Amino acid sequence: MSGILVVLESREGRIRGIGWEALAAGQLLGAQLSMLVGAAVLGADTEFLAAEATARVTGAVIRVEHPMLAQYTADGFKLALQQLIEKEGPAYVVLPHTYQVRDFAPALAARMGQVLVSDVVAIADGPVFTRQLLQGRLNGVYRPAGAGPCFVSVQAGAFRNAWSAEKHEGSSELCQGTTSVVPQIPQCEAGALAPGGSVSTAISVFAPTIDPAQIRTKPGEPFRAGAQTVDLGSAQLIVSVGRGIKEQDNIPLVQELATALGAELAASRPICDIGWLPMERQVGSSGQTVSPKLYLAVGISGAIQHLVGMKGSQCIVAINKDPDAPIFEVADYGIVGDLFEVVPALTEAVKAAKG
Amino acid sequence: MKIIVAIKQVPDRDAQVRIDSSGKWIEESDIQYALNEPDAYALEEALQLKEKHGGEVVVLSAGPERVGTTIRETLAKGADRAISIACDDLGNRDALGVARLLAAAIRPENPDLILTGLQSEDLGLGQTGVIVAELLGLPHATLILHVEKSDSGLIVKRELEEGWFQTVELPTPAVLTMQSGGNKLRYATLMGIKRAKTKEVRQLVAADLGAESAPVVALEKVTLPQRQKSTQILTGTPKEAAAALVEKLKFEVRVL
Repeated sequence: MSGILVVLESREGRIRGIGWEALAAGQLLGAQLSMLVGAAVLGADTEFLAAEATARVTGAVIRVEHPMLAQYTADGFKLALQQLIEKEGPAYVVLPHTYQVRDFAPALAARMGQVLVSDVVAIADGPVFTRQLLQGRLNGVYRPAGAGPCFVSVQAGAFRNAWSAEKHEGSSELCQGTTSVVPQIPQCEAGALAPGGSVSTAISVFAPTIDPAQIRTKPGEPFRAGAQTVDLGSAQLIVSVGRGIKEQDNIPLVQELATALGAELAASRPICDIGWLPMERQVGSSGQTVSPKLYLAVGISGAIQHLVGMKGSQCIVAINKDPDAPIFEVADYGIVGDLFEVVPALTEAVKAAKG
Repeated sequence: MKIIVAIKQVPDRDAQVRIDSSGKWIEESDIQYALNEPDAYALEEALQLKEKHGGEVVVLSAGPERVGTTIRETLAKGADRAISIACDDLGNRDALGVARLLAAAIRPENPDLILTGLQSEDLGLGQTGVIVAELLGLPHATLILHVEKSDSGLIVKRELEEGWFQTVELPTPAVLTMQSGGNKLRYATLMGIKRAKTKEVRQLVAADLGAESAPVVALEKVTLPQRQKSTQILTGTPKEAAAALVEKLKFEVRVL
């Protein structure tokens, strides 16, 4: 296989949604360059993952299997993928920009004399890759200059539309990898996703050579810190506060607005980092992902990590003093002004409206 | 424990940025610079480890002359000494090129631990620490909130997505990229600021380090992002804007 290799990421034996988004990005690139798109799944036992993948991958699916890949380690993934890439020689390697990929892909690329183009939000003819700079205030367009495989990781959500547009063409929920049903593939719908039903997805197994001594880190089981008492995910209305609030003593100002609206109070990461609100109220890539009817962002500039967690909200309102703040790029309504004047006025107006 | 903390000076978060005439970067002359925040957390973790276990904290940075101000700031907070790599073309180097510079400066120091922030606030590549580990042949862990010394090396708390964590054990020497929020950041004391003036800052020159600089990936141009939605800006006095928003919430969003 030359062409494009998409590395699908799995969790608890299923391919993650963001893995499918990486596949959508890979297919976009494949269409542009007229290249075949194959995919790799990694683990100690990848039979189900491969079956799940064949429903959507038009090219070859490669099961990268080794007992040392049962649990993720940067060393294990690096070794396995390096051997795979050297054997297959893809022109492009597309990955989802997850915490896991951030942990190993830069080293994998460097090991092969390459540089990962990370957190990509758009792919255009060239190909050139767009990624965000200065916390989303600018976009940067990157062009790979070197020979050899080009490594690209794509931002969560950036290719979701490409993914879901394609998803709706498929007729069965069973084959989409987002449901909790065990996939009964490839028999069922493999042809439905490729026009003409000419799919003959080949599954192959690749066994990398990994010596246990090469795995230098020892990962523990994932755990949650304490009991989660706030479920922002099911909140209909959220008022969220960011750095613009300046001091802990000002938090009640926003709390009052939340109370008046009957909304949950949430925050961007910096507010939780300083300890002004508990971590469980954090919205963003490291906190909760929310999609309420109303997300009212107060003094939040809108760093990428925050936007990832809330841009699926039905209505976004932003109050910020900086008219160029990235939060306004996703907002439906905006008030440019001093939150210390606007928020109390809004609280009063809400109270009055509610009578 | 000898700890090297790799830091970056970045445009201040509130700086008004303008695209420069080349269209490839921002106008640098009229903005303020600050210490990259995740790097501040890396420094804090290093200082706390030194306070517990003894040793030395060495700050390392690459960039143009202005970086000196930020280096002094870290010395004032308690770092023992610094290494400054003079490099005027940092922006033309890709992540591998920058990591090669840092690795070349780190190698002769033989540290037990290398810490850096998980990503920079300007380029946001999130790769430098991981590549430095690869170039030095050291194990690494990313998105670390807490570091403990163990008999055989380190036990670290790593952040996963959506509120999950895990511990990772790894031998030293190692490279860790630090997530923000693990510690409370300290301020420089007056005494610290005074002392910083006499601390050693070793000057290296990028060209002398023999690190290859030709980029594999080049930043071709920068652009202003397109709005994803057409935002309706509500104007007027705070009171008028608030009233207008309540109307929208009531009749269009229908949440009141």
